[in-house]
Amino acid sequence: MRTLQNTFFISLLVITGLFAEKPMKFVDTGINPSTWALVPAGEFYFGQHQHVVDIDYDYEIMITDVTNRQYANYLNEALEKGTVYIKRDTVWGYHPGDPFDAYLHEYEIPAGDYPHVPITNPGLRLDYEGGMFNPKTGYGNHPMVEVSWFGAKAYADFYDYRLPTEKEWEKSARGTTTDDYPWGNTVQRNQANFVSSHNLFEKMFGDVVKTTPVGFYNGKNYDGYQTMEGITPYGLYDMAGNVYQWTGDDHPKVHYRYMRGGSYQSYEYSLRVWPRNSAGPEHTSMSLGFRCARTPVQMEIAPTDTSE
Amino acid sequence: MTADVLTKSQLISGNIIMKKIKDLFHFFFQSTKGLILLGITSISVITAVWGMLSGPMVEWGVRDFVVDLLGMDLQSVERSGRIIMLYHVIAMIVTAIEVYMITSIVPMRRHQRANINNTITVGWITTTIFGLAFGYFGHNYFYHGLFLVGQSLIFFAGLLLTAALYPWRKHFLVEDKEYAHTKSGYDLERMAFFIMAVSMLISAGFGAVTGSFWSNGHETFLAEDLIRVPDKTALQKAVIGHLHIMLTLIAVAITLIVGRWMDFKGKLHKIAMPTMMFGTAVISGGVWSVVWTHMAHTFIYVGSVFVMFAALLLVIYSWGKLIKDRTAELGLENPTFGQKFIALFHDPIKFGPFWQMVFMNFTVSGVGIFMAIKLEQIFRVWPAREERITLTGHWHILSAIIATIILMYYIDIAGIKGKMRKWLGWTIIIGSDIAFGAATIFSMKRLFVTEYYQTPVVNWTMLAMDFGLGIILVLVGGILIWRLKDLFSSDGLWSKESASPELDLERTSVLTQAGRDAIKKEMEI
Repeated sequence: MRTLQNTFFISLLVITGLFAEKPMKFVDTGINPSTWALVPAGEFYFGQHQHVVDIDYDYEIMITDVTNRQYANYLNEALEKGTVYIKRDTVWGYHPGDPFDAYLHEYEIPAGDYPHVPITNPGLRLDYEGGMFNPKTGYGNHPMVEVSWFGAKAYADFYDYRLPTEKEWEKSARGTTTDDYPWGNTVQRNQANFVSSHNLFEKMFGDVVKTTPVGFYNGKNYDGYQTMEGITPYGLYDMAGNVYQWTGDDHPKVHYRYMRGGSYQSYEYSLRVWPRNSAGPEHTSMSLGFRCARTPVQMEIAPTDTSE
Repeated sequence: MTADVLTKSQLISGNIIMKKIKDLFHFFFQSTKGLILLGITSISVITAVWGMLSGPMVEWGVRDFVVDLLGMDLQSVERSGRIIMLYHVIAMIVTAIEVYMITSIVPMRRHQRANINNTITVGWITTTIFGLAFGYFGHNYFYHGLFLVGQSLIFFAGLLLTAALYPWRKHFLVEDKEYAHTKSGYDLERMAFFIMAVSMLISAGFGAVTGSFWSNGHETFLAEDLIRVPDKTALQKAVIGHLHIMLTLIAVAITLIVGRWMDFKGKLHKIAMPTMMFGTAVISGGVWSVVWTHMAHTFIYVGSVFVMFAALLLVIYSWGKLIKDRTAELGLENPTFGQKFIALFHDPIKFGPFWQMVFMNFTVSGVGIFMAIKLEQIFRVWPAREERITLTGHWHILSAIIATIILMYYIDIAGIKGKMRKWLGWTIIIGSDIAFGAATIFSMKRLFVTEYYQTPVVNWTMLAMDFGLGIILVLVGGILIWRLKDLFSSDGLWSKESASPELDLERTSVLTQAGRDAIKKEMEI
């Protein structure tokens, strides 16, 4: 019996060791995540069946996902201002509730406090020490993950931004073309982070580190690994692959929130511009982040923030 | 010798070749055993080639190689349509195989059998060639038109089958009272086949009607992409009902078929047949009603209970029969529990189909019921992608279980005996159950492992799935190579099967004097 126990624990150690995370180092992509792109008003092709839809206003959208550094900065500010608080190893905040239609199996989301970020979740790339949040080493410019829809919306609200609607998101990804992917009709392995891309980053830092820094696929050569430019017609990065992104709409009767863009766990067909993924607004995942949209202010580039 | 004069020996060898071609043609298109072999071969080839276009084959670069080699035209935007064409093609061949089996085991007039088999054979071959051509090798109206012609022929064959199965005619009545029958001697198993066939025709209509609205209110979609849409259109509901009920009825059909293979009779047969008839009718009606009412699932649950209860009675009967037959063969008058246990596993080819029906409860029905009970705890928490994996895994497993049952029956039809029979039987059971078990663990992983720690679970279950299904494909490949080699032999198995083309089993009803008189009268006309 003891031999059996020993064998089990040794096997567990070996397996854990095989899949253990290797140390990370910061990789500078040269892309500034504080940059916004302008998407002009007008019609575009929406969804799998390419229905013509009009968005009759201009809007701006972040060219990358919100990074761990940006979210850590936000949390520190929000904690100080008291818009969020920490309880039971989780960041919480208030949500005014969703309209309720009493539809069959409808899940009610009343006004109240909801979880934003699970602090002790090992997938979270933030450390919380001494009352301050900081990105884990090397993860500053990776997309913020393990954040619920409530947490994403709270970030957007804090800076007077908003989460993009599904239609805004898709127009930002597709432009006015009928292409399947943000840049055309095919995807190459060095153009986006998806399940079979086997990107160099994954090979360098282990199987568990699966996100790539925002804007990684920009045509740059990283120590011999040549990437292709994976950008949308409006100059956005990571709209196909890397991490799914929350969108802002509340879908009546179900209250699922839709997630777009595919992730490092997705096959390439989920990286097309129209497939939907969805989850309850409290859901968090290592492969789920977000970016924000806003009403155009002025086309100014924010101070460069590519630091770790 | 001049070029335009043939020698006597050349003429003789030419005649021999023509005769061989004619004999092979006769075997493949006129004998039930040949037709089944043709269907299984086609599905195997399609599965082997098209299986290289997805899953880990993409990661390994195999997909790109196959696409280049065969000159496929895979537009990303057309993926949903392609998949729909592919599983219609496979489903049509499976349906045809079941029809070949039904026309052989349910007594009917010879010309009825020939008409049904010929029509459905032309139908599935046309559907397969032009369906795959349209989906994977470039679009044109000609391909799509012929795909629809093929499906129409299959539907027409279904009408002919339904007419041939019509149970309230005194031409075929039950003589052996051990088989389920009415007071007048009408065959209840025949009625169960009849109800299944009628239900399938109506259910096919739900797909066909929706298809006719294509681009005129209906757009191509995969059902799994609509799971979280609260308000679906009537056409979307019709398609969702269609795909569920067609697979269910294919499962009902194979259950009835293997029941006949095992010579299902006695008390259990008399309970099972009415139960199956009622269950089939209720479940079909329930699925059709999904277009109009939220109550549909209640009918479906009730019908499912009856269908599954009938299948349970078949499992009990079959395992009892296996034990009884084997212990009698060994001359054991009062076998111990251990001897009975060993007897049960003696013939994996006959044990397997019914084990697969039991195993299905752990990987398909059980998972489905668990999901339904835990609806709020699972689907409110899991992302749609995880739910989608579970749902698609659920029906892929059910389809594959049906395929393994057909395969095991075919191994018996082909007369494979001895050690080879045992090897094949156990390989199919163990290989498929490893794959289905792994697929179930993979799809349910979120219940017991967090995303951060899931990589080993994902890797190992994927490996187990590929191993389990891969080993079965290799095995099927081996059987087909053996059958191919056999075709070159002048007195091979194929010629014996040509001489004895029908399935060798006990039939529930027999031709009556009324039937003989009807045939005689028909001949006089």
